Amino acid sequence: MKVLMFGWEFPPHITGGLGTACYGLTKGLAHFGVDMIFVVPKSYGDEDESFLRLRDAGQVALSEELINYEEFWKKITYLEVGSTLIPYMSPEEFELAFEGKILDHTEIKKSVISKHFKFSGTYGKNLMHEVSRYALIAAAIAETNQFDVIHSHDWLTYPAGIAAKEVSGKPLVIHVHATEFDRSGEHINHQVFDIEKKGMEVADKVITVSNLTRNIVIERYGIDPDKVVTVHNAVDPVTINNEITNTKGVDEKIVTFLGRITFQKGPEYFIEAANKVLKKDPNVRFVMAGSGDMMNRMIKRVAELGIATKFHFAGFLKGSEVVDMFSMSDVYVMPSVSEPFGISPLEAMRSSVPVIISKQSGVSEILHHAIKVDFWDIDAMADAIYGLLNYNAISSMFRTLGKDEVENLKWENAAFKVKEIYKSVIS
Amino acid sequence: MQLLKLKKFINQLYHNMRTICFYFQVHQPFRLKRYRFFDIGHDPYYFDEFANKSIMRKVAEKCYLPANQVFLDLVKEYGGRFKISYSISGTAIDQFEMYAPDVLESFKKLAATGHVEFISETYSHSLSALKSKDEFERQVKLHRNKIEQHFGIVPKTFRNTELIYSDKVGEMVADMGYKVMLMEGAKHVLGWKSPNYVYCNPINPKLNLLLKNFQLSDDIAFRFSNRGWDGWPLTAEKFVGWLNQLDRREEVINLFMDYETFGEHQWKETGIFDFLKALPRTVFNMSDFGFNTPSEVVEKIDPVGVVNVPYPCSWADEERDLTAWLGNALQDEAFNNLYSLIDKVEKCGSPDLKRDWLYLQTSDHFYYMCTKWFSDGDVHKYFNPYNSPYEAFINYMNILSDFIIRLNKCTR
Repeated sequence: MKVLMFGWEFPPHITGGLGTACYGLTKGLAHFGVDMIFVVPKSYGDEDESFLRLRDAGQVALSEELINYEEFWKKITYLEVGSTLIPYMSPEEFELAFEGKILDHTEIKKSVISKHFKFSGTYGKNLMHEVSRYALIAAAIAETNQFDVIHSHDWLTYPAGIAAKEVSGKPLVIHVHATEFDRSGEHINHQVFDIEKKGMEVADKVITVSNLTRNIVIERYGIDPDKVVTVHNAVDPVTINNEITNTKGVDEKIVTFLGRITFQKGPEYFIEAANKVLKKDPNVRFVMAGSGDMMNRMIKRVAELGIATKFHFAGFLKGSEVVDMFSMSDVYVMPSVSEPFGISPLEAMRSSVPVIISKQSGVSEILHHAIKVDFWDIDAMADAIYGLLNYNAISSMFRTLGKDEVENLKWENAAFKVKEIYKSVIS
Repeated sequence: MQLLKLKKFINQLYHNMRTICFYFQVHQPFRLKRYRFFDIGHDPYYFDEFANKSIMRKVAEKCYLPANQVFLDLVKEYGGRFKISYSISGTAIDQFEMYAPDVLESFKKLAATGHVEFISETYSHSLSALKSKDEFERQVKLHRNKIEQHFGIVPKTFRNTELIYSDKVGEMVADMGYKVMLMEGAKHVLGWKSPNYVYCNPINPKLNLLLKNFQLSDDIAFRFSNRGWDGWPLTAEKFVGWLNQLDRREEVINLFMDYETFGEHQWKETGIFDFLKALPRTVFNMSDFGFNTPSEVVEKIDPVGVVNVPYPCSWADEERDLTAWLGNALQDEAFNNLYSLIDKVEKCGSPDLKRDWLYLQTSDHFYYMCTKWFSDGDVHKYFNPYNSPYEAFINYMNILSDFIIRLNKCTR
């Protein structure tokens, strides 16, 4: 069985859980003898290619015929959208993006169908531009390669999946790691919504990462429930081969938030809970690691509450730094307002850190050894943090049982289910 | 008393009554290095040595060394007729010692002429006057000792950080024995009054006040090279022409500015040094003005009245208030946390911690956290090593958190 797979990121060049999930899943699939061509907008050369072929969309030149494939281009006109749509941006990126001029429409189109195109592979201001070009490349790849099924991860690659299906006639599976409702709450971006809905409609099967997301797909996007299947994510059992380079320099216990500092992740609830805990227990420090469009507001809030000597911002952390951060942490909190899955608590548990997760997360469907609170319930959150910090019985129990639980969540299990789905759409 | 008045009268007869008072602020902060959460508890060295050294060397070559040479030549050429005054922050002197001993030597040469006044301030160019009288006095004494050690002069004039002044601050300064203090001739403080007279503090009238003429000062400091300005190009003749247009009864023109104006803010190529070289000669030839240092001015000229400043003012920005350093949530949190440590620092004997305590108080750190980017944004950006005030805040608080840990260990 051979799969043409489209993803926007692949480790080590990731901004969040999506790349990690793609990596785990593809590794699991390889375990079951599935061949894959994984197409990313831009490859850097240091990705792990031991079990799949990584294609760099920027390296694919369009043939003359494909440039004339503008007919197809016209069919999916909803791709031609303004380029100011920027879902995941750090404050610095935001500043940079708006210093530059926004390309005008015709220029975009010309550039998108030119022979060579340079992908940034990030989530910058020309994102729509890149998504469209990526779809065109997908068509080119689909034309010249043999495969049995197409698999697209998240909305950025749905147009690519649709295009590949149009060209090859092969079945399409789309994998919903998050929906626009998770990213933006009720104030959704309709262009993104339309792409998502179109992808779900065209797909032969829709995989969701949790039942929470499955419900959203069915209710908000009006997709036939029979077509939508939940496959929960997992976590790599082996810890990344990283020596712990940073050790804790402070005596206090550390409570950590790690993730993009955006609406979806609920950073403000973490800060309010931290404030409550600090009033009772001065022997603790809070760390918020990550960056995002709400970061400056969060810094200001911490200053207003007067807790800045006990509440630290660590910035965006990469691979080994994440491991270091977990190794220093005594409690991990994921207060997401809406989290389709949420791999990071699993990573924390793998490092023997007790976790508190919001009930509004997909991961809470499968975890038993974690404290679950409503994201808005800062009293419950503060209470849980205080308890885990001060009552050793519960925290040591969580540490051992949590680690066991996570080690039994294997990507192989998830991959097995995905392979079954492939079989069902191929026949 | 009678004799003193007679002396002043004779002074006025024999000397030019009208005078220009030049004062230059020389200051460099110890900039902080990027200090991450992971460093807390591990790394007790906070300063960006590379940045501090390279900036000091750059400013030394572009400004301090050439400007000191120009002023030394002028002072020698005109004997006692051309005079200037400096305040050099303790942090700047420390950096001279470390990175620019040649600059320190050239200031010593200026001091040796006897026609250059050196002015007191807080050691680390801090905002301590707003928070604690004890801490403020400690820092002023430290600075006074430093000046005496290097230049053999005990300062008689006081200038607070960035000309921050209020009636209360003035009272503290008078209590320390100073006879004259410099301040901004801020419009909202002066109202209809002119800055071109000597005033005094309402609580302690013994403290004379010299007020910056910001119009004429900024013509040199900010507008000199601005081609869009209708005064451009500014020549010594034109400048003296403006002085001559002032009311003849106005006695003293206080030209206060950053020393870095010469060669750093206004590059050598703008002709700023040529302007300086021509100015004394033009003043002597074309006008009845002379030059005096602040302490000489108040020997010669009596105050015409009090100026009331219930709320602190400064020379910064359009508002001439404290909002460049204090007032937003980030600045207040950092400031209050820092000064909550006063008592502990006092109990701690470690010289390293005492030094860091001083350097962390430097007002620049709070300036970097300023969030008003509109009218004065350009100036703020120019001086700011951080990309955003938020970044500045995080970095400062990480360092302060480590400092608190060390301090607690020291006083435990």
